[in-house]
Amino acid sequence: MTTDFPQAVIRLNAIDKAFDSKAILTQFDLTIYDGEFVTLLGPSGCGKTTVLRIIAGLEQQDSGTIMLGGEIISDLPAEDRSVNTVFQSYALFPHMTVYDNIAFGLRTKRVPETEIAARITEVLAMVQLTGFERRKPAELSGGQQQRVAIARAVVNKPRVLLLDESLSALDYKLRKQMQLELKRIQRQLGITFVFVTHDQEEALSMSDRIVVMNEGRIQQQGTPREIYETPANLFVARFIGESNILDATIERLLEPGTFLARIEGGSYPIHSELPLSTGDRVHVLLRPEDLRLQEINNGDNQTGLSGTVLERNYKGMTLDSLIALDSGKQLQISEFFDEDDPDFDHRLGQRVAITWVPSWEVVLPHE
Amino acid sequence: MNRQGFKWLSLGLLTGWLVIFVLFPNLMVLAVSVMTPDLRELVRPEFSLESYLRLVDPLYLDVVLHSFYLAGICTLICLLAGYPAAWIIAHTSKRMQAFLLFLFIIPFWTNSLIRTYAMKVILGNRGIINKTLMELGLIDSPIRMLYTETAVILALVYILLPFMILPLYASIEKLPSSYLEAARDLGSRKFRTFRTVVWPLTLPGVISGCLLVFLPAMGMFYIADLLGGAGNLLIGNIIRDQILVTRNWPFGAALSVTLIATMALMLWIYQRTLKAMQGGRV
Repeated sequence: MTTDFPQAVIRLNAIDKAFDSKAILTQFDLTIYDGEFVTLLGPSGCGKTTVLRIIAGLEQQDSGTIMLGGEIISDLPAEDRSVNTVFQSYALFPHMTVYDNIAFGLRTKRVPETEIAARITEVLAMVQLTGFERRKPAELSGGQQQRVAIARAVVNKPRVLLLDESLSALDYKLRKQMQLELKRIQRQLGITFVFVTHDQEEALSMSDRIVVMNEGRIQQQGTPREIYETPANLFVARFIGESNILDATIERLLEPGTFLARIEGGSYPIHSELPLSTGDRVHVLLRPEDLRLQEINNGDNQTGLSGTVLERNYKGMTLDSLIALDSGKQLQISEFFDEDDPDFDHRLGQRVAITWVPSWEVVLPHE
Repeated sequence: MNRQGFKWLSLGLLTGWLVIFVLFPNLMVLAVSVMTPDLRELVRPEFSLESYLRLVDPLYLDVVLHSFYLAGICTLICLLAGYPAAWIIAHTSKRMQAFLLFLFIIPFWTNSLIRTYAMKVILGNRGIINKTLMELGLIDSPIRMLYTETAVILALVYILLPFMILPLYASIEKLPSSYLEAARDLGSRKFRTFRTVVWPLTLPGVISGCLLVFLPAMGMFYIADLLGGAGNLLIGNIIRDQILVTRNWPFGAALSVTLIATMALMLWIYQRTLKAMQGGRV
């Protein structure tokens, strides 16, 4: 790992974009660094694809500036930008062979045919489609079409490769495989990848950095781990992974960074760097795998939130339970399978007490 | 009636209709074309290829070639005017598309023969154009527009343009905009994108439009009659004259067979093009 300050390759500054007077992006800023795999993640309609299309030049921003490698390209047409796109539908030209599809971009730049042939051989080897030169797109499977689309884009050696929901048309197994392959291709080429998806699992497993978007705004950006472990707000917490969100009221300060809070009728210590004082309302976020569950049998006195088992789902690696707290609120718990624990497979209706690993809770300001 | 019965009845009616009114007459035309003309009996059942040999007789060959030429020019004009029109229609909003297509349908409400008479009123020596120009003082004597090659081509284009635009519109409308975006993304400018992506992918529409214009154009004898004068005959005129006036049925039939064969050839090319484009697996 070098400790050099990362070089910005794309800088979006104060981008506004509206369609039919409906604002999609408002004063949108984003910096993308050289060589990173960055994912724009958000629900459909959050503006992530619009960001991608504005970078590509396929959509013209209403105002704001775009910089690519230090040059302002705000008004440069798509055909003159050194970025390439892998479209959601692949958009392979159906009347051309794989070879001609991949050669398309090089021929527009009048690259000599001998060099084109060499580069196509190289790129086809990289996407593992050697020997498919003469096929037409209709003769390829979905996964193979996907590889051709990637090859057609990267053969041009763009500064940045834009991928628009590129894996969503593939089935689960193939998608997993292409995720790994995209990472491999990215490492091999060293090109910056900007990937758009609504699939949080895909985003977590592939990205160096995730930009979570909602309603045209960035909700949080950071490494997959930061996004998952310390979500910045309720939207991010709910969108990434499963989460239990409890309402809490601060009772008093225990020590700097630790407060006693009232949660579901009990008092528990919580950890937060927020400037909180007595009476403040907060949300306490608990991931299902961070919760611990203890069965209560005939009058045992257990500490923790009490409730009953409502449902249980054996998932192989984990046992997922749905617990109804006495207040009626439901919690999801995911426990790793432990063969030695006789209590492990909980009865439905079993009384249980729930605790969590101290300081693994995330405290968010009330929204 | 049970469903099977209905199926056989409707299939039977359709097949019967096609056999009696399409297959049988065409076979008769084919048979007559290889028989010997007879002034009294119209046709004598003796095998002869003489009618086909007459096709290359300079007297008729000139008319046939001129007819091809008129229909060809008409098709070219329809294509040049129709492609941009179809493109514009396909790239407007859905509501606007419906309205514009409706405008192209309206002329079909009037019989094309009547519309051809209307052209006569517009183009004549004392027609609307000449009268207006003379009253404005731009010309002293009327410009001769009627009974010219131009008048025939103009009328053919007018009558047949919708048959070019509709198939073109259908194939342009089907073209996903992502192909155009992909081409731009790969650095291609408009003209190159048109040449390498749009044109090949809309070629089926172009070919079917041309078929729908070129072949009917050669048969529209009443347009040549009303607007063309003696020098601008179409194959349709000769066929009619051979059948009704000269009474040489075999020759008229041979001309018809030639037209049908031309159409079959063009359809075959059309199919080949379609197949070639879709990568051999259709």
